[in-house]
Parts: sequence; structure tokens; C-alpha cells
Amino acid sequence: MSEVILEMRGITKRFPGVKALDDVRLNVRAGEIHALVGENGAGKSTLMKILSGVYPHGTYEGELYYQGEPVAFSSIRDSEAKGIIIIHQELALVPVLSIAENVFLGNEQARYGVINWPDTYRRTEQLMKTVGLQENPMTPVAGIGVGKQQLVEIVKALSRNVKLLILDEPTSSLQENDSQKLLDLLLELKAQGITSILISHKLNEVRRVADSITILRDGQSITALDASTEDISEDRIVRDMVGRDMTQRFPDRVPNIGTTLLEVKNWNVWHPRRSEQQMVRDVNLSIAAGEVVGIAGLMGAGRTEFAMSLFGQSYGQNISGSARIKGREVDVSTVDKAIRNGIAYVTEDRKALGLILDQSLSFNTTLANLNGVASWSMLDPGQERAVAEDYRRSLNIRTPTVEQIVGNLSGGNQQKVMLARWLYAQPEVLILDEPTRGIDVGAKFEIYNIINELADAGRGVLMISSEMPELLGMCDRIYVMNQGEFIGELGRKEASQEAIMSMIVNS
Amino acid sequence: MEASTQSVKSHLVSHMRDYGMLIALVAIIGLFQYLTNGIMLRPANLTNLFLQNSYIIVMAIGMLLVIVAGHIDLSVGSVVGFIGALAAVMIIQMGLPLVVVVPTCLFVGFVIGAIHGYWVAYWKIPSFIVTLAGMLVYRGLTLALLKGQSIGPFPRDFQRISTGFVPDYLGGASLNLMALGSGLILTAVLLMLAFQARRRAQKYGMEDEPWAFFLVKNGLIALAIVYIAYLLATYRGLPNVLVTMAVLIVVYTFITNKTTVGRRLYAIGGNIQAAKLTGIKAERLTFLAFANMGMLAALAGLIFTARLNTATPSAGFTFELDVIAAVFIGGASMSGGVGKVIGAVVGAIIMGVMNNGMSIMGVGIDWQQVIKGLVLLAAVIFDVYNKNKAR
Repeated sequence: MSEVILEMRGITKRFPGVKALDDVRLNVRAGEIHALVGENGAGKSTLMKILSGVYPHGTYEGELYYQGEPVAFSSIRDSEAKGIIIIHQELALVPVLSIAENVFLGNEQARYGVINWPDTYRRTEQLMKTVGLQENPMTPVAGIGVGKQQLVEIVKALSRNVKLLILDEPTSSLQENDSQKLLDLLLELKAQGITSILISHKLNEVRRVADSITILRDGQSITALDASTEDISEDRIVRDMVGRDMTQRFPDRVPNIGTTLLEVKNWNVWHPRRSEQQMVRDVNLSIAAGEVVGIAGLMGAGRTEFAMSLFGQSYGQNISGSARIKGREVDVSTVDKAIRNGIAYVTEDRKALGLILDQSLSFNTTLANLNGVASWSMLDPGQERAVAEDYRRSLNIRTPTVEQIVGNLSGGNQQKVMLARWLYAQPEVLILDEPTRGIDVGAKFEIYNIINELADAGRGVLMISSEMPELLGMCDRIYVMNQGEFIGELGRKEASQEAIMSMIVNS
Repeated sequence: MEASTQSVKSHLVSHMRDYGMLIALVAIIGLFQYLTNGIMLRPANLTNLFLQNSYIIVMAIGMLLVIVAGHIDLSVGSVVGFIGALAAVMIIQMGLPLVVVVPTCLFVGFVIGAIHGYWVAYWKIPSFIVTLAGMLVYRGLTLALLKGQSIGPFPRDFQRISTGFVPDYLGGASLNLMALGSGLILTAVLLMLAFQARRRAQKYGMEDEPWAFFLVKNGLIALAIVYIAYLLATYRGLPNVLVTMAVLIVVYTFITNKTTVGRRLYAIGGNIQAAKLTGIKAERLTFLAFANMGMLAALAGLIFTARLNTATPSAGFTFELDVIAAVFIGGASMSGGVGKVIGAVVGAIIMGVMNNGMSIMGVGIDWQQVIKGLVLLAAVIFDVYNKNKAR
């Protein structure tokens, strides 16, 4: 058995109000491919941020041993100096710069600040050869595909003498054959003695390349498996990933499901800039009155893209398919038309895409239905305040006045303001994208109650969430989405985390 | 008592910006009144002050809308020059009547603004670039139209746009009753509106300013307006441009505060992505903000040319800087979504008072520039400081 290159021991990381990691341990042997698996939010990224120095030494508890010595990284620079390099899911390349410039960015081949370009290009070409990347090193990164961009990141890591390479979901945005090539490359790097940590949701990939596996769940390390001696069947891994006790975290509701409200047929969407990349493929969906329907899937499955394309083509291009409200075909080609036809969309990113942070609660509440508080396009300030006040009380938004600037509110209260806005728009179908992201447990429960009340009032709710327990606790029916397609549909009775996960990993 | 001092204090802190600007204006006027030995507020100088700054104020209103929408318009100074030249050619060289010339000039201004707006709104070309190009183009066209020379003088009728006074229909002898009466009526209307707004706020249980504050603030504003009206009445009465300005201020305050269009303009400036996701047609509003700016710049061009009584190739040179400075002194945010019409107007008046006061004192144009620059910087620093403290 080869020596241990990295040992993380008793790692505990607290954020205000949450324990993201709790006494986690991770042992990586030199020259192996170590897979780190777990659900969204299990703590994989947090653990890797501690390893790479993004969360500096002192902000967490526990010890790090690297190549047998205790280490204390206070920045990414420190960890990179030791040969630990992380490649994030969202690639950190500068699109307008060339491959060579990206590879040596921050590590320029220079003397006295003057860059030696011939040297830069020659070294880049050498390294590109080792990963099998055939491109001109002067090509701008924006001009090559995602798969090749991934390779550029690896070349960049190699140029810094990487010893421990961390890849966060490297294949999530790749096509099948690009993924295979990348995995082959990992095996090749392993043969050259480079250790890798692979974070992945795709268990078939994990099984193919990993020598050992660490499974995280709810911020704890559950199991460490050795592929050469232990059972690493997908069933086993899935069970460890999701096996948690479910307590009563969701309010009860007796569903009273009526006729179909929204019906979407053959919905197709392409990427807004890369027109050859299809983001949503042949999606069919229906939501009935009084029904809460969920869409489960991993990050990047195309859930948000689908929802936003349905909401006035706010995402994508070449959108095709039909949408019916109460059996009548409707035009949802602009946001304005979508709203008028009874669709509302509450964004997952309330700060960037939802709220006007410099403005008041009442300003934000009435924005999607200004005509409701105006006559002849003239606002009635009294009525506006009354409406906002109404929602402040009924949704229990904790602030004394509706004149409060929403930028000063907490996450949970901001989310309630978003709900207030879209409830006041009086939609037939409300699409909620990650409605409880980043808010505390108490506020979550209140938001679940609001969702249930809405369904009881005969509206349809479509809920997108990365927290599977939330979907299972709230939804009457769940669509499972993966790589732009709906790969299955589960009723309340047959839905379970295992069922959803195995659908995704087997698709 | 303890509680009420507390509320006065917290109210003052939360409305620091609004009061700060009014206090600054009063302080600056007071300072120059002292430094110029009382010349500042002499009726003749006060009248002059309005005439001198009217075109800046008119453009500041339009610029406020553009800046609130999250953009900038650098072309307005050149548009002033171009419209002046156009008016001169049409009136003096072609002999066209005012009823044709004035609407044509306003329409041309509207079209110029609409062209800027088209590129900014629908093609997403940065407004800085589009209007910088416009600035060069219209300056050049001004030179071409005037063939490099000044054209003037204008007929009496045209001059009246700027230097005329509203006739005293009330027939006052030494005192212009028309001016005084207008001031009194304006004061009465403002007080009535203030009381009405306060009553409504209380009805909805809104926290509003303390009673003492309300009385003092509105009392001072009423007093100031009546005093200004009195001063104007002892000179030549109500200048035409003052009436034009007052109408514009009222109309645009109404649009920005009370209409859905105004509300949506603030929304797109505050967060354009979010605004679009609530169904707001951001492109159309941006387009209209620029078209409106073009029209107001044309109006300012007519006023300025009428005042100068000649169209010159350099007319309007660097006006855009004064206008933009006025809007930012008036509390608008560079990133959009924040700012008030009345703020922009007060900002313009602060600049105007400083220009006027320093000129009377004989401060050279060199130091005037330095001081104006520092005041702009100080105002914005004050803004940012307040904002950071509030967070």
C-alpha cells in the first residue's frame, strides 16, 4: 500500500447558524484517484475550499497533513505552491485571452516583468501534447469547446507542477465522449504519478476510475471505501449518500387536485450563445389545480433553463413547443405575456434577478402588477401601501414598515417579498426556483406553508429544488430531469431519494 | 420628551440626504449673500440667476431620467448648439415664423435623442459611447450649419422665450402683483399637498416625520417662495423661463413619483434583469428616456440661443458637464435607480448660485472651476459615506 499524501482529520467548519462540516476525515493515498461523492450541500465543496486555502487556516477546526507534514494554508497561493490545484465546476478561464495566456496567467514566463512569449508558447505546446489537446496555443479560449477548455485547465495545473489535482464535477457540462476522454486522461495522469480527487455525481464514472471513495452526507464523512477490496455498487453508494432520518420538517396537506391548469408539450431550448448546444429536450409537463409538482435533478440538469424559457423566453434561443393554460394554447413569448396568461416565476437568485435592493418593500411588492395599484397609469400610493402592508402581515415579513429598503432585510424575509410580489400578480401557476435556498429553517417552514395555502386555493405550483427531502416532503408528483430531459416521473408514494438518485445515475 | 427627541434624531439620520442638500443650498446662498454684501439676493440679480440657469435646470430634469435609467448622455451640450444654429437658420435666414420653428426644433431634438436611445436600448451599445459620438457629430453639424460664423440678432418675439416676462394682468403699480400672486398661490398649493400627504401617511400608519419637523420644513419652504416672489415682484415680475421651468418640474416630478412609467424607470435602473423578469419593457423605456432628453436639450437650446440673441458655433460647449454634475450633486446614483427630479433641480441651483456668487465677487474662472469640482466631489463623497453608514 502506497503512502498517504493527504490526510484531513476532524475537520469542522461553521457558518453563522449552520455546521457545514462536522468532524470530517479524508485520507488520500499518493498516486490514486479518490472520489468524493455526496448530495448537493453535503459539504464536498466546503471541504475542498478548506483544502485549497479558500477558507484559510484558523476559520475551521481540525488538522491537515500533506506529504506527512502538518500544513496551514492561508490562501490559494499557499496550497498551489505545494502542488495542490483545484479545477472548479465553473471554469476559471479568461475567455478573451489565448490558451497560452490562460495557462500561464499569474505565473507568467517573465524576467523583470517582461514576458518571454516564445518560451510561453513552447512550454504550452509541450504540455498540450501530454493531455492530447490539439489547438494553436494562440487561440482565444472562447473559441474552443467546453471539453477543450477543461483540458486547458488541466494544462494550467500541469504548468504549476501539480501533485494533487482536485476536479469538481469536471464532466457535468461535457458530452459523453468528451467525458470518456477526460476520464482516460485522469488515468494517464495517475500513471505519471499525479494524485487526483474527483468530485462527481455520476457514479458510473466514479466506479470506472476511482481507487477509493469517500462519501459525505450532511457535512459528515459517512464511509470510506477501497475499490480493490470492498463492494462499490451504485446501490451501496446511493444508500450511503441519502440514508438519513426524515423528521417532520414539512407541513401536512391533503391534496385536492382538480383539472389541468398548465400543460407544456415538446419543449425544446438551445443555449443562448452556443446555438449547437441543446439545454432542454422534448420536455412534457402538466400541472393541475391544487397540485404541487417538483422537478428534481442535479445542478446543470436544465431545470432553471426550462423554467426561465417557459417564462417569457427569459433564457435560451430557438425555443419551440406549446404551452396551454386551462386547455387553451397561450403565447408566452414575452415575460409580460406570460404573466398575463397566468404564469409567475420566482427566481433562484433573488439578489441578482429578483429584487430591486435599493428600493422599499412596497416598491418591490407591487412591481409585477403595477396596474393593480394604479388607475390611468397613475399610482395610488395609499392603495400601494395597503397592498404591501397586507402581504407584510399575511406572509409575516419581519420589518416594522413597508417603507423598509429590501436590501436591509434577511434572506428569508427577502424571499417572502419575492413571494409577495408574485402572489400579488395573481398567477394560475407559480414556478418556484429553489424557494428556500440560503434561508434558515424557521423561514423555510413558513414558506412551505405559503406554498400549501396556494395549492389549497386551487393554484398550481411547480417547484424546482436541489434539496431532495424538500421535494419529497412537499410535492404530489416529481419529474426527474437530467441533461435537459425529463427522464422519469414519480408519484408521491413511489418517490424516494433512492428512486430519484438511481434514475439519475442510470440515465 | 425623550422618545420624541429620539424620533427627531432618527428621522434626521434617515433623511440626511434630503435635508443635507436643502441645508447646503441655504448655507451657500447665505454665504454669498454675506460675501457679496447683499448683492446676491437683490431683485435684479435674483431674476438674472433664474435666467442664467434655466437651460441647465431644464436639461438636468431630462438627465435625471437618463441617469436613473442607468445611463448617461454626453451629447446635450452639442445638441444645444445645434438646435440654436438650426433656429437661427430657420428664423433669420429662411424667415420662418416661430409657430413653425419652435415645434420643429423640439421635434428635431426628440429625433436626435431617439437615435441615441435606439442604439443604447435595442443594440446595447454603451450610452457613454453613443452619446460621445453624438457630441462630436452635432458639434460638427453646428459648425457646418453656421458655416463657422455667428448668426444674429433674433427678432424680439424669439428673445422673449428667454428674456421675456409675464405681463402683469393684475395691474400692479410699483409691485408686480402677478408675480406676487403666483408665488402666494404656489405656496398655498404646496402647503395643501404637504398636509394631504401627511394625513394620508398617518391614515396608513406610516412612520412620518415628526410634527415639529414638518412645520419647520414647510414653513421655511413657504417663506422662501413668498420671499422670492416678492423680490421678483419688486423688479420686472415673473420671467417666462421661470414659468416654463416650474411647469416642467411639476410635470416630471409627477411622472417620476406618481406614474407606472416613472416607477418602471426606477426599476430598470435599480436592477435591469429583475425588472425584465417582472415584465417591464426595459428597451422601450430606455429609448423614451433618451428621446425625452433630446427634446429637453432642444428646449434648452432655444432658451439659451434666445438669451444670447445669437447662434454661435461654440454655444453649449461643456454644458453636459454642468448638467451631469448638477444631477449627481442632487443625489442621483451613478449606477442608476436612485435620484429625484427636485434633487437635480436643487443641484443645478447650487451650481448656479456658486457661479453667480463667485462672479460677483470677482473670482476668476480658473478658481471657479476648481471650487465647483471640489463641491461635486464633496457631494458624492457625502452620499457614499451616508450610504455606507446606513448599511
